Amino acid sequence: MELLAFGDTGWGDELFYATLMTIAVSITAMIIGFLFALIFTPLKLSKNKFLNFIANSYTTVIRGVPELLVIYLFFFGGTGAVMFVASIFGYNEYIEINAFITGAFAIGIISGAYSTEVFRGAIQSIDKGQFEAANVLGFNKFGKFFKIILPQTLRLAIPNLSNVWQITLKDTSLISVTGLVEIMRQSYIAAGSTRDPLFFYSFAAALYLLLTFVSMKLINRLEVKYSRGY
Amino acid sequence: MDLELMINSFPKLLSAAVITLKLLSVSLIIGLLIGLFFAILRLNKNIFINRFAYGYSYVFRGTPLLVQIFIIYFGLGQIEYLRSTVLWVILKEPYWCAIIAFALNTGAYTSEILRSAFQTIKPGIIEAGKSLGISNKVIFYKIQIPIAIRQSLPAYGNEIILMMKGTSLASTVTIMDLTGVAKYIISTTFKPIEVFIVAGGIYLFMTFIIHNVIKFLEKKYSFN
Repeated sequence: MELLAFGDTGWGDELFYATLMTIAVSITAMIIGFLFALIFTPLKLSKNKFLNFIANSYTTVIRGVPELLVIYLFFFGGTGAVMFVASIFGYNEYIEINAFITGAFAIGIISGAYSTEVFRGAIQSIDKGQFEAANVLGFNKFGKFFKIILPQTLRLAIPNLSNVWQITLKDTSLISVTGLVEIMRQSYIAAGSTRDPLFFYSFAAALYLLLTFVSMKLINRLEVKYSRGY
Repeated sequence: MDLELMINSFPKLLSAAVITLKLLSVSLIIGLLIGLFFAILRLNKNIFINRFAYGYSYVFRGTPLLVQIFIIYFGLGQIEYLRSTVLWVILKEPYWCAIIAFALNTGAYTSEILRSAFQTIKPGIIEAGKSLGISNKVIFYKIQIPIAIRQSLPAYGNEIILMMKGTSLASTVTIMDLTGVAKYIISTTFKPIEVFIVAGGIYLFMTFIIHNVIKFLEKKYSFN
């Protein structure tokens, strides 16, 4: 227990902040994922073959390639890409990108591919009559989307989005390879300096279990809220 | 684009893909047995056995695979007693530690897939078997299991692909699988995009093959 003490003698406070970091990265990645889904879901549903192809390649590639490989691409490639852009503007110094941004972006792109599939499925499973009814009632495009389609989409998408959240939360453990101090990295440091890997990795597992458990409870409430009337 | 690097690294990455496939196939076979075992426990009416099986799948599905590998590879070596047993021959090898972690992980997911497949079998089918005078054992092996396998094929296909991506974590415990070799080439040449295209292409090709094999099996075993 003294290993978990707060302050200089134990690892309690370090692990606490690491847990907050994991939550922060997961939420940021999830939001980035939503932004990607916002762009790619319409492309997937579009009738244009070329736009379809772009969206399909995005989801297929990301879902078929290991997360770790994507993270390495961003970790090693991100700095190079930013420096290349900067060199066009005449800035040739070394630029280091924040590990948080790289990690959240890499996980966000992965999470976005899953979210896109979820939203596509949800929108496609909405009855055609709903679209037609909205047209008949004279809703304009925005009204139709925000008042009629989106609320129904959310109800259908939330159970699957909770799966995406779980995947995203667990994927953040992979960012530890880039040196961002989240739960996994902190446990690695603590295990190395105390030579007690069994304890610290088991504790990390318990922290992840706690996070998934609590978030499931919260999502279940959301699910109830959005399925009022059904 | 450095085409020369892409061509040169292709054979290296291809031979590393063989290790990835080995890791995948061995852990899938062990994982399937574990999954079947725990799925049967989940169907048991005894509440303790039931809870135990649920707890297993909950813990392994609720924690990242990376933690599981690290507990088995770094953690178990810490127990002095284990070092003196025969088990140590297996546990000191990173290759077997990775396989144990993968098998336990995929076993947890497989048990959930099989459980839901068993539960969706219509009671009428089992009753029909009973009224024909078939013994419970034969009903289980000849009727329930084949139907459950057919039911669970699509979900299990996804699990195989997820597991193939999961084997990339073996590179964190010094195994030179496809991701491990890719990372090595990236860190020595600093050309991440080229290596990503080749390694990612090999992964995508394997995904494509698995996807089509599962589709073929689904068609072959479909009810119509």
